[in-house]
Amino acid sequence: MNELYITPEFEVVRNENRCIACRVCERQCANEVHSFDETRGVLRSDEIRCVNCQRCVSLCPTHALKIVKNNCTLRENANWQNATIKEIYKQANTGGVLLSSMGNPKPMPVYWDKILINASQVTNPPIDPLREPMETRVFLGKKPDVLRRGADGKLLTDLEPQLSLSMPVMFSAMSYGSISYNAHASLAAAAEALGILYNTGEGGLHEDFYRYGANTIVQVASGRFGVYEDYLNAGAAIEIKMGQGAKPGIGGHLPGAKIVGDVSRTRMIPEGTDAISPAPHHDIYSIEDLRQLVYSLKEATDYKKPVIVKVAAVHNIAAIASGQPSPAAWRAPARISLPSTAFAAAPVRRRPASAIMWASRLSWLWLRSTSGCGTRASATTCLWSSAAPSVRRRTL
Amino acid sequence: MKRIYVNEDWCLGCHLCEYNCAFANSGEADMAAALKGKPLFPRIHIEEGDKICYAVSCRHCEDPLCVKSCIAGALQVKDGVITVDQSRCVGCLTCVLVCPYGALAPNENGVMQKCELCLQNSCGEPACVKGCPNRAIVFEERSAVL
Repeated sequence: MNELYITPEFEVVRNENRCIACRVCERQCANEVHSFDETRGVLRSDEIRCVNCQRCVSLCPTHALKIVKNNCTLRENANWQNATIKEIYKQANTGGVLLSSMGNPKPMPVYWDKILINASQVTNPPIDPLREPMETRVFLGKKPDVLRRGADGKLLTDLEPQLSLSMPVMFSAMSYGSISYNAHASLAAAAEALGILYNTGEGGLHEDFYRYGANTIVQVASGRFGVYEDYLNAGAAIEIKMGQGAKPGIGGHLPGAKIVGDVSRTRMIPEGTDAISPAPHHDIYSIEDLRQLVYSLKEATDYKKPVIVKVAAVHNIAAIASGQPSPAAWRAPARISLPSTAFAAAPVRRRPASAIMWASRLSWLWLRSTSGCGTRASATTCLWSSAAPSVRRRTL
Repeated sequence: MKRIYVNEDWCLGCHLCEYNCAFANSGEADMAAALKGKPLFPRIHIEEGDKICYAVSCRHCEDPLCVKSCIAGALQVKDGVITVDQSRCVGCLTCVLVCPYGALAPNENGVMQKCELCLQNSCGEPACVKGCPNRAIVFEERSAVL
């Protein structure tokens, strides 16, 4: 079946009375939806490519454009809804699998949202932020188990390396190459201005961004792209990526077409080669192996940088992270002298597949759909649509 | 003096400055009424290369060659702003020839027009600066002498 059989998800509505044919929509659309008909002097739209990023809408100087949901519908019943049928068509056509950014697109129950936590009288007295100063500074790092005093009776305050954040917010890891130079520049500049940390992701650190080192977490992932001594020492901390929230248990694949110029140099791989991150680290199959990598990184950085292990917040994650007996395949990042463990957000929220797989009883895997910045990244569009997975972190 | 400067790193190449310029100088209140179906004669132009684009308009030089070369005395400097008296222009295009930036161009009637910083038109401030979506065009004081 031809892919064009699937009706476009959105409709581009152009008010011809307002359109002055300035072609800004055509020039700025990363997906080449708009085109100019030279002979008739009018703009046309190929809506099948529209991902509703609203860039043309916001740039149109006469407000001649709007993007609306296409209400063309298939014959539905309670079991087979419009969206389900179309998603199956798409997957059957392409052999690919669909991924959705920004959490689960299906309204799966999120139990966390129904929990009320009110600890106002069991910890410190509550603060009224309108009248009292409120401290949001957070330190991440290994804390001493006991108070220690020197010979003179004074408190010993030498700590393992700590990270200081002006507020408990960090940018999650998105590699250079999967997102653009400009997007990385924005993240780095914002992290510096806010006094927080951004994360290089697994694609190495572009030479221009070494100056943001104090606000950078450098990542070491299974592909080890761009990892060398200066890189490890450039950031405020090192993060070993075991798993990611966007697709727990799955690695990464940046197509060779994107490995050009600076991306190739930063990743330290030849131009045009696919950048494949295996799902596991092929040198880590036990907790001892992970420990070895942690200490290798500590050696490389003279024990001055905190080392973080990032794992996807899957079922049993508490036991896995703290190393308690559990049926999980490997365990215990927290017990190998780690300052902190990063958790990528829970897969229940992230796996867009769960609802439809359930409905259709098909066990497809899910890959990236046509939306999001990863597929047609241009320097400017990445800033507008981000497929950033959110990451929750906790110090252990 | 405040002048228009362009940061080419930020220019998206959207050409909106050209349309905002033509609209500001049209005397119309509605952009569609001013520009729809008409050829465009802006006073700012986007220069585009393979991987670079930026807007070019009059630099309002301190020692302007266009004013020196104008055989009719149509180009004048008023408070640092180079203006054109269109009633005097004879359309000889000598100013086009001498301007090192390519900032001057004739209007639809062959009479010269140029950026006058929108100080006299309905916009009151440079329309290209006001309408630039990525703030690549700025209107500010800088020390460098042109």
